[in-house]
Amino acid sequence: MADIIKVGMADMKICKAPDGVTTIGLGSCVGVAVRDPVTKIGGLAHVMLPDSTRITNSTNVYKFADTGVDSLINELVKAGASKTRLVAKIAGGAQMFAFQNKNDLIRVGDQNVAAVKAKLKENGIRILAEDTGLNFGRTVIFYPETGDYVIRAVGKDERTI
Amino acid sequence: MAKFNLTEDDKVYYDVLKEIGNIGSGNAVTALAHMLNCKVDMSVPQVRLLDFKDVGSILGDEEQIMAGVYLMVEGDITGSIMFLLEKECSKNLIAMLMGSAPSEGDLNEIEQSALKEIGNIITAAYLNSLSTLTNLKIYPSVPSLCIDMAAAILSVPAIEFGLIGDKLLLIENQFSEGISGYFILVPDLDSYDKIFSSIGM
Repeated sequence: MADIIKVGMADMKICKAPDGVTTIGLGSCVGVAVRDPVTKIGGLAHVMLPDSTRITNSTNVYKFADTGVDSLINELVKAGASKTRLVAKIAGGAQMFAFQNKNDLIRVGDQNVAAVKAKLKENGIRILAEDTGLNFGRTVIFYPETGDYVIRAVGKDERTI
Repeated sequence: MAKFNLTEDDKVYYDVLKEIGNIGSGNAVTALAHMLNCKVDMSVPQVRLLDFKDVGSILGDEEQIMAGVYLMVEGDITGSIMFLLEKECSKNLIAMLMGSAPSEGDLNEIEQSALKEIGNIITAAYLNSLSTLTNLKIYPSVPSLCIDMAAAILSVPAIEFGLIGDKLLLIENQFSEGISGYFILVPDLDSYDKIFSSIGM
């Protein structure tokens, strides 16, 4: 029986097929799903903020896109994945509340997506698919077995990328 | 000056925050009860220090569809306040206010606007009482509405707090009887010091 492992906010879990990983209610946060298609080891990181260097006194690496993606890759490699084979899918980065003054903080969703993409690129990991932006929350389930990334949103049909 | 940090052992500070939550939401709920001309009960507030991974589930089911009215707080203290209720409940609330039967399906534009205004009035009542108590200037922003999964809505104040710490401290109030919902006040970390020193701690 396959388990679905739950990932909280600013958290990360890795798993091996046939298990899956899920995170519920991604808002501006981004769910970064990375897997090795050969060993079928995959992980899901739920990052909240784009840049760890702008913030002091934080010990949680998975809070940030930059440190979160790095750590996710390291953990996958430790678990037996090959870094060169890793591929990614990303979802989230919405803007939940529409404020008129578009300051930095409010547009954090876009920044998160951009930061995740930059970090994946830096590590030479291809993004196979994405479902990002707009203004709704997403629940995601990632299956390292097939690489399917299932996305559910309120009032929308479930889709798999 | 009080130096407040995010540790759980300081019971006195927690009690003060609870009392602030109590006074604030007491005023807010009174405003709501007046507006609707009905009775609204309120529970004892909770002050919670949460790991981010637990934030999504504080109100129960993470995928529960909620309506959240969110206002940024500016002035002497900064942060945010949110008025949250279940989507179905928000329809009942609007129906009570407008004197019509609850509508089917999604909220239309007028209903959304009404809900924002309700949120605006009652969070203003909350912040007003906090301002009176502390003698600090507190200005709420225009309200913004979001109807979505609880976890996705709650991630917004969490992200803001994430800029300064690894945990989220919030003052939560639940009210019920006819209408049930929550207030969540999330002052920025610096603002806690200002609140405490303003009342002589």
